[in-house]
Amino acid sequence: MDVGRRLLLKAGVAFAALAALPRTLLAAAWPEKAFAATEAGAAMSTLFGTNQATPSAEIKLKVPEIAENGAVVPVTISTTLENVESISIVVEHNPRPLAASFEIPAGTLPNVSSRIKMGETSDVIAVVKTDTGIYSTSKQVKVTIGGCGG
Amino acid sequence: MASKIKVKAKLSGDLAEIKSLMLHPMETGSRKDPDTGELVPTHHITQLTFTNNEKTVMVANFSTAVSKNPYFSFSFSGAKAGDTLKVSWIDNKGATDELETVLK
Repeated sequence: MDVGRRLLLKAGVAFAALAALPRTLLAAAWPEKAFAATEAGAAMSTLFGTNQATPSAEIKLKVPEIAENGAVVPVTISTTLENVESISIVVEHNPRPLAASFEIPAGTLPNVSSRIKMGETSDVIAVVKTDTGIYSTSKQVKVTIGGCGG
Repeated sequence: MASKIKVKAKLSGDLAEIKSLMLHPMETGSRKDPDTGELVPTHHITQLTFTNNEKTVMVANFSTAVSKNPYFSFSFSGAKAGDTLKVSWIDNKGATDELETVLK
């Protein structure tokens, strides 16, 4: 084997390692891949490494039963689960199901509120990641006018 | 440019309840411009960060599915009067906005 080729190979490996580094270093990087997923299961697999969440009655998901305007659907999620690391909102029938994901550092209460858009009637899933696993609860929201198109 | 973030912070004991409102179009990329009939490109806040005295207390990652002019609220403990709360966001085009407020 000639030396030139071996050097090139080495450089290639080093470069690949370098390119992979920033992703692991930046813990707070925006999870682009999970947000790009077009199915709820895929979004969860990308974000958590599994799409199997344990149903939990300790998560409280507050959403309206009927949303007249899908462009503004208030969502409040709170939980009594301990050591919460993140809370995510997944809208099953949205073109991009993962709507938002909140990182909860120690000292911050696992209780968040926001407003989201929904394209059509769908289950809204609150996903809570703790140090022991992935938990979820879901509720259906009926949407009268979708909030994603024009 | 003056910040267009609005923040309300309420202290009760060492607990701070934060309510925030941002000005942003949050375009999904699937809406058509009513005049030209062309798709309006995706334009949305990607990350909203809150720090209290430099300590990160919340990182909110948003997709296009967060409503226009996003509203977000949460609470954290360990707060006291005089703390500096900083709110900042960045969008998918690299634009940013930030606001500092003193808890009282």
